[in-house]
Amino acid sequence: MTRIVDPTDERVPLSRTLASRPQRLSGVVALLDIVKPRGDVLLDRIEQRLAERVPGLALRRYRKPTFAKPAPDELRRRIAAESDFVIEALAD
Amino acid sequence: MLCFVKEDCPTCGLTMPLIEAAAEAFRGKVEVVAIGQDAAGNALLVERHRFTAPMLDDSDLKISYSYNVEIVPTIILADGRGAELRRFEGFDKSDWQRTLAEMAHLADGSEAQIDWSAFPESRPGCGSKSVEPGVAERLAAQASGSRLRARQIELGADEDPFEFMFERGLTDGLPVVPPTPERVMRMLSGTRRDPQEVIATVPPNLAPLTIEKVAANAVMAGCRPEYLPVVIAVLEGVCTDEFNIHGVMATTAGATPIVVVNGPIRHRLGMNMKVGALGSGNRANATIGRAVKLALRNVGGARPGEIERTALGGPGKYTACYAEWEERSPWEPLHVERGFRAEDSVVTAFGLEPGPRLIVDQLSRTAHALAGSLGMALESCWHPKLHGYGEVLLVISPEHADTIKRDGWSKAQVRSRIQEASARPIRELLPDADAGEGMALRNFGLSNPTPEQLEQRIPKFRKPENINIIVTGGEAGKFSSAFGGWFSGPMGSISVSRKIEEIP
Repeated sequence: MTRIVDPTDERVPLSRTLASRPQRLSGVVALLDIVKPRGDVLLDRIEQRLAERVPGLALRRYRKPTFAKPAPDELRRRIAAESDFVIEALAD
Repeated sequence: MLCFVKEDCPTCGLTMPLIEAAAEAFRGKVEVVAIGQDAAGNALLVERHRFTAPMLDDSDLKISYSYNVEIVPTIILADGRGAELRRFEGFDKSDWQRTLAEMAHLADGSEAQIDWSAFPESRPGCGSKSVEPGVAERLAAQASGSRLRARQIELGADEDPFEFMFERGLTDGLPVVPPTPERVMRMLSGTRRDPQEVIATVPPNLAPLTIEKVAANAVMAGCRPEYLPVVIAVLEGVCTDEFNIHGVMATTAGATPIVVVNGPIRHRLGMNMKVGALGSGNRANATIGRAVKLALRNVGGARPGEIERTALGGPGKYTACYAEWEERSPWEPLHVERGFRAEDSVVTAFGLEPGPRLIVDQLSRTAHALAGSLGMALESCWHPKLHGYGEVLLVISPEHADTIKRDGWSKAQVRSRIQEASARPIRELLPDADAGEGMALRNFGLSNPTPEQLEQRIPKFRKPENINIIVTGGEAGKFSSAFGGWFSGPMGSISVSRKIEEIP
């Protein structure tokens, strides 16, 4: 009979339900640029099209300091507190 | 009186009649118990010596372990509460006489009748089964005070442990050594640090990494216990914000920690820094690098196809750990350049491409010409048109080092020549129809450049110090090698060095 020491972190991931999807676009939309090349091109176009199609929608731009690291906690908290939707441009 | 014995020990055989005589003489006053270390042998001892006192079966060796028995026979005289009054090992006539006299005193004058002329003055004992190789670690792992705290998984009797490790996704695709508690205990003997010490929080899962978990993964990788401090130092170094292991493991580009070991520990571990220095064939080189990757995978959760997203990967994703041949280098070694003492043992980790690229130059006979070749070759890192580049690791072979040494060049001169040979005018770095990758004018602070501005020459590397140089490899062959960089600097990954724990 072999016993082994568990080499993993032993944690079981929690499953979370997604927030319910709103039927209408309203409130604040965060446009997050992770600063990969041409992410700004994509977000400029999306910002322009959303402004045309959904008048009254607030559009707010955010940037990660670098695409090579996870978004800083402070930025994540700010986006969550200030926005109803997020569109993130992964680019390339 | 507790008497630890095993059947295949002649000194135990010599002792058995004395144990029997003591049991006989002090019956009802002092309890005499033999503790035998294997079931079949115990029966033989009883039969051979017509032994009438109790013989306890300690074939699982737990009693021997808990009494710290290293030699058999070990005789312990204890009081009713278990406190030891006397202990001796092997056979010594005077020890026995003193002990029996003490028992006689305790037993109000009863005396054992023994013909001492039949016994030698002394005989050495034998090793206790509880300290045989492999057994001590198993007993330590099972003891209630075990230093292991990780969950243990019991496999079914018919389950193949190697297949089990594959099925649970615990390997890099190659077989791993099953991390049994005994092996993990033995691995932990390589460090003086507490197994439960948390040495890092490992991205992407941000999981706490204990020394015990490092040891389990080091067992799996095939490490020897003396390699463990190196593995620990690397993991401490890479799980920092400056190294950014999250980005290194997650990037689609494909990067991995490339580890260089410096200092006296290279010799102590028998690391290879000669023929085939970048692999394969040496246990320390191969398994230290692999242990790092397995810990990042199993504890940190950096699994290919999940958070590890490299488009192509590479052989360095399995293992990448090398030693600098400091004694063969014309320059001071990497760790001394980075501020450590020559006698320190140090690891340095770089977030670089997961494999070396060969640089051939068999014809250059001057430092100027050879460093020029190295510069041209290094320009291809990432893409020839991408300049202002971060860190690389340039691995210079002994023959190339000799060519440079003949002209007395310093590392700084080599770096400067590489920068000179790899510099290109801005106009050659812009994307065009023939090669669509390249740099934007805004990278140079330009929008409508003049023809003169486009002639400005840009070196390959942001700073000459980004060209990290080590010497290693076989003494025949005019070849060097390089590990191209990833996205280096404060926004990507910065190489880190850590001193390795000294184990005397």
